[in-house]
Amino acid sequence: MNKRLLALLSVLVLASMVLAACGTPAATEAPVATDAPAATDAPATEPATEAPVSMGTIKIATQSPLSGGQSLLGVAIKQGAELALEQLGGDLAAMGYDVQLAPYDDQATPDVGVANAKNIVADSEILCGVGHLNSGVMIPSSEEYHTAGLAFVSPANTNPVVTTRGYLEVNRVVGRDDVQAPAAEEYAFSTLGAKSVYIIHDKTAYGQGVAEFFRAAAEEDGIEIAAFEGTEETANFDAIVAPLVAANPDVVFFAGIYNQAGVFFKQAREAGYEGTFLGTDGMDSSDLADLAGDALTTGGGMAYTTVAGPASAYPSAAQFVEDYTAKFGAAPEAYAAQGYDSMGVCLAAIKAAAEAAGGTPTRTQVAEAIRALSYEGLTSTISFDDIGDLPVAKYFIIKVNATSKDTWGSNEIIASFDLPSPGK
Amino acid sequence: MKQFTSNPFYKFILFPIGQILVFALGASLVLSLFTVLLAYIFRAGITGFDLVERVLLILPQVVINGLTIGFVYSTIALGYTMVYGVLEFINFSHSEIFMVGGIVGVELMAYFDHTGALQTMNQYVIIALAILLGMVISGSLAVTVERVAYRPLRGAPRLVPLISAIGMSFFLQDAVRLILSLTTGEFNVILPNFGTFDEFLVVAVPGIATPLRFQIKSILLVGVTVLMLVGLNYLVNGTKIGKAIRAVAQDRPSASLMGINVNMIISITFLIGGALGGAAGVLFALKATKLDPFVGFFPGLKAFTAAVLGGIGNLTGALLGGLILGLLESFSASYLSTFTNGAFGAEYKDILAFAILILVLILRPSGLLGQTVGQKA
Repeated sequence: MNKRLLALLSVLVLASMVLAACGTPAATEAPVATDAPAATDAPATEPATEAPVSMGTIKIATQSPLSGGQSLLGVAIKQGAELALEQLGGDLAAMGYDVQLAPYDDQATPDVGVANAKNIVADSEILCGVGHLNSGVMIPSSEEYHTAGLAFVSPANTNPVVTTRGYLEVNRVVGRDDVQAPAAEEYAFSTLGAKSVYIIHDKTAYGQGVAEFFRAAAEEDGIEIAAFEGTEETANFDAIVAPLVAANPDVVFFAGIYNQAGVFFKQAREAGYEGTFLGTDGMDSSDLADLAGDALTTGGGMAYTTVAGPASAYPSAAQFVEDYTAKFGAAPEAYAAQGYDSMGVCLAAIKAAAEAAGGTPTRTQVAEAIRALSYEGLTSTISFDDIGDLPVAKYFIIKVNATSKDTWGSNEIIASFDLPSPGK
Repeated sequence: MKQFTSNPFYKFILFPIGQILVFALGASLVLSLFTVLLAYIFRAGITGFDLVERVLLILPQVVINGLTIGFVYSTIALGYTMVYGVLEFINFSHSEIFMVGGIVGVELMAYFDHTGALQTMNQYVIIALAILLGMVISGSLAVTVERVAYRPLRGAPRLVPLISAIGMSFFLQDAVRLILSLTTGEFNVILPNFGTFDEFLVVAVPGIATPLRFQIKSILLVGVTVLMLVGLNYLVNGTKIGKAIRAVAQDRPSASLMGINVNMIISITFLIGGALGGAAGVLFALKATKLDPFVGFFPGLKAFTAAVLGGIGNLTGALLGGLILGLLESFSASYLSTFTNGAFGAEYKDILAFAILILVLILRPSGLLGQTVGQKA
């Protein structure tokens, strides 16, 4: 009995050591959080005359999926923001602020996103945030930000509802699905000459939203809708593929994210479908090529619309690509440049608000400063309308030439447009 | 006749294969006829196309898909039903045993891909190695789980090991997620491309407009599962170990009095069930091409349902239940949209499949092949 107890104890000790090791980042963060408020209060009373005078800590949060199936894009957002903080944080540092990044992992799951959002708004040093990747996570999380008055700049969310609620705190540096999906439909109808289309979505706010805008546009043009289906399946698509192959539509429109779409494209192509796959910005990841392989280039090939073109599409982003590759050892994925710009917007707004307030600004002052801003970003000159959309956003149509992760850069931009935001 | 039935060739090879064939063909035939009949009845209500023709067009493919996934369910269901047979409790962590098998198999192939052996070695040798490794790892994991999480609770009330099993299931999911994402933060494992498994065997059947297309990996999947089912049948009905397993299942205290090492037999049961689950995982991975640590949940839940449908504790029942559930799912997913004119799509497949299941269980509460037995415990 004694022996067993000993064994149990040693296992427990081992477990606690492992946990302690895992917990190190949290442990180092904690002291900062506890002694920093005192620091912000004290020097704020004195005027900021000299640079070295400490004005306290400002944190900027990022929320995106850092683990899991969509982490490639989520990590790109975080790394873009990290690089921006490093390169553009100088102004605030000169004013005496210690600006820190507070990255959170939303796991592409609404529950986790909202739980993180509660933690973020509870941290009074966080004045601005960058996120999320998924509209389905952004929409419930932003209710928390709205209640707390904390401004967020989204690098990737395209569902109209994100901004049409009219919250002061919610902004985005990309376009919208109610423009993007009709653009995809226009491409299918005019360029591909599609007469029938098979629409599949992933049952998320983003996927279903895109699918419905696409369907509405297709009905207007008189394209036959062979099917409109939602699926959460991620592994075995047999049951959807069989009727798809039988219906043999000209175009299959998949409204969802690459990790699901890649597997589906592969299985559909294997089963003998020869038409064109079409998608939206959720497809924009080099992982898609690894998952789907040849399926993207055989038959009718694959194309997608996106609100975030490859970094090469933006003239002022060349230096960014170089710096990003040097820092993180890989070329930027989609949304890295948008993550960079979102962080840039946050930093510029905090600076403007701090100058106006003559000290550490409040969250509301930062949120108002974001709306008043005109910021020269990598992707465009960013300013926001009264609901937080870009007045005019860029949209791209990209044809996939890649069959593996390494050749993702060979994809070709077929068209790009500047289209106005539809507003509220 | 007596002479003939006791012939081992008949008993251990011909009979089980015949049984599988009868089940597969019978279930396919009944469901196909039923669907065509429905289409015939409702064809007047749908305009624009001939419903019967639309149904017949994809019918062969739907049956093939249903049988393929059905065999996977059957193989997993055997793990549930064997454990239930000897311990009378539901081993809910079995779906994670299945997932681990699949991930181990894919990781092995990814390793071969890394060393370059994937393109030079015979593709069937690679699959055989992956299945073997999956079986070994999953089997030993199942034995470990039994030793750690179930055996200490052997005498406890029935719900306690059940909750322990659910806990184990969560633990395994997140443990695998942690291990896979340690280095890259990425926990999807993707099957590397190799061999000719994606290709099709096209068989033109006179009288049917579209030729039947059998994907090589589906044939492989069915072939390997049938082989394993025959092997299991021999093990349970033809060997001393099998006799001991059946004895423990019937009456544990008496079996113990007869000199059977009950703990050993229970471990062996978990080993066999786990190995079957692991092999099913590798075969499923071959079909699905991408796995993550949570992929086992739905197949596991459905296999459990299949075991209940067939009559839990009954090996033949698990086989039949898996095939029927796979077919039901394939039929409802492929035809719901056609029959409802697009109002209900493939996403409602589980609702229809499970509604039929509930009907069956209302009429036969002990499952299709289960016997009504009194509570033992």
